[in-house]
Amino acid sequence: MLSFRWPDSLLLVTQAVVRQSELHQREKEEEMPPISRGFRGRRRDDAPSDRVPPGQYVTDDFPVLSAGPTPHTPLDDWDLTITGEVDGLRRWSWDEFRALPSEPVTVDIHCVTKWSKLDSEWEGVSLDTLLDGVDTTAEYVVAFCDGGYTTNLPLEDLTEGKAWIAFAFDGEPLEPEHGGPARLLVPHLYFWKSAKWVRGLRLAATDEPGFWEQNGYHNYGDPWKEQRYWGD
Amino acid sequence: MEGTAVLGRLNWRAAEVVELTPETSQTKTITFDVPGWPGHRAGQHVDVRLTADDGYQAERSYSIASAADGPRIDLTVERLDDGEVSPYLTDELRTGDVIELRGPVGGYFVWNPHAEGTVFLVAGGSGIVPLMAMARQRALESSRIPTRLLYSARSLDDVIYRDELAELAARVDGFDVVYTLTRTQPAGWDGYGRRVDTDLLREVGPVSSELAVAFVCGPTPFVEAVASGLVELGHEPARIKTERFGPTGG
Repeated sequence: MLSFRWPDSLLLVTQAVVRQSELHQREKEEEMPPISRGFRGRRRDDAPSDRVPPGQYVTDDFPVLSAGPTPHTPLDDWDLTITGEVDGLRRWSWDEFRALPSEPVTVDIHCVTKWSKLDSEWEGVSLDTLLDGVDTTAEYVVAFCDGGYTTNLPLEDLTEGKAWIAFAFDGEPLEPEHGGPARLLVPHLYFWKSAKWVRGLRLAATDEPGFWEQNGYHNYGDPWKEQRYWGD
Repeated sequence: MEGTAVLGRLNWRAAEVVELTPETSQTKTITFDVPGWPGHRAGQHVDVRLTADDGYQAERSYSIASAADGPRIDLTVERLDDGEVSPYLTDELRTGDVIELRGPVGGYFVWNPHAEGTVFLVAGGSGIVPLMAMARQRALESSRIPTRLLYSARSLDDVIYRDELAELAARVDGFDVVYTLTRTQPAGWDGYGRRVDTDLLREVGPVSSELAVAFVCGPTPFVEAVASGLVELGHEPARIKTERFGPTGG
């Protein structure tokens, strides 16, 4: 019996055409959103567009978001550790941590819930200081916190002046609602990566999704690529 | 396939306004028809995107008020007088208008029908919205999970979904509502008339051994007070799930 078979090359062409048209469809959708009749919006002149990622708006407030109750760990019980795939555990008490060199940091922050805050002023210890001398082959980090919160990041996103453990905001000790006594500050990623109430970093060879990363939010969270949710 | 749907990108979908229902002086429910809506879990939210004729866009997140039931979803929006998006949604939208939304989003602050014990819902103001989705989902599924709603509002006129909450409580299937009116109380009011504090939570809420999970939603000071009050009463922090409605943006 003679059976007809499409040449593979033709199949590939067909698939390519289909894919092309899907792409066009998607581009068309993204190019032509429906106009919201009568919507003007409220644009801010003081928010340069090169500082506000897509889908964000600028606020002067500092909204609070967290998944559970605010923990209140006494400073006497507080410590910060670097653990996991390291040559030896690093640990600082609160006094030891505060004795480390710190620096003022003025950065724009971007919350996945759409607000951005420009020129927020922090004081913190650079992760370069904390990781100085740590010998590791790890490529990933899980930040862990009082209250059980975790978030994951590539190690290279924490080094070379990109991240801090912050203990002051606007010249005042960091309030518990905002993550005090100390929080991670990683301003180039969506702000859920800047874990509140941070107590340590666990270095690992493999990537392990954290709390929001397991609950629908993007694994990396680059605001400039609008990586808000799974699949973005 | 469900797995594919979850992992796929949440694309913007055209959503047509099919009904507008004023709830209180400051809130309105907008019912959208969203062809292809994949369903949602009670407590989840959507992102809404508006586009001006010159291409300027604004996005905000809103909790879904309705239970998952076909291609229609309700958003109940509180009008923030200085907001950029909410006054448009509450004042300008007409039936037949099409805006964009994508979702559902969020996998933590969601109704879990398998929880054992009493579910305690604590709402401050428009924080009732995602909790209403849970109450509706519960009713839709004929669930008998013991569920108590403590709802704090400024006045009786500020209570959203009052008639429907009364109907849900009248089913006598394990759901009930306790109100506290913090600013004005009508003559003969026999409910609470003060802000939610630890004592009120002790009087109204389940004891810690009976709490399955608490969902707390409202403005930040409200959520802080309720969540820390529940911790003070001995509830496990991991059983207290919070969601905050900030005063900004809207």
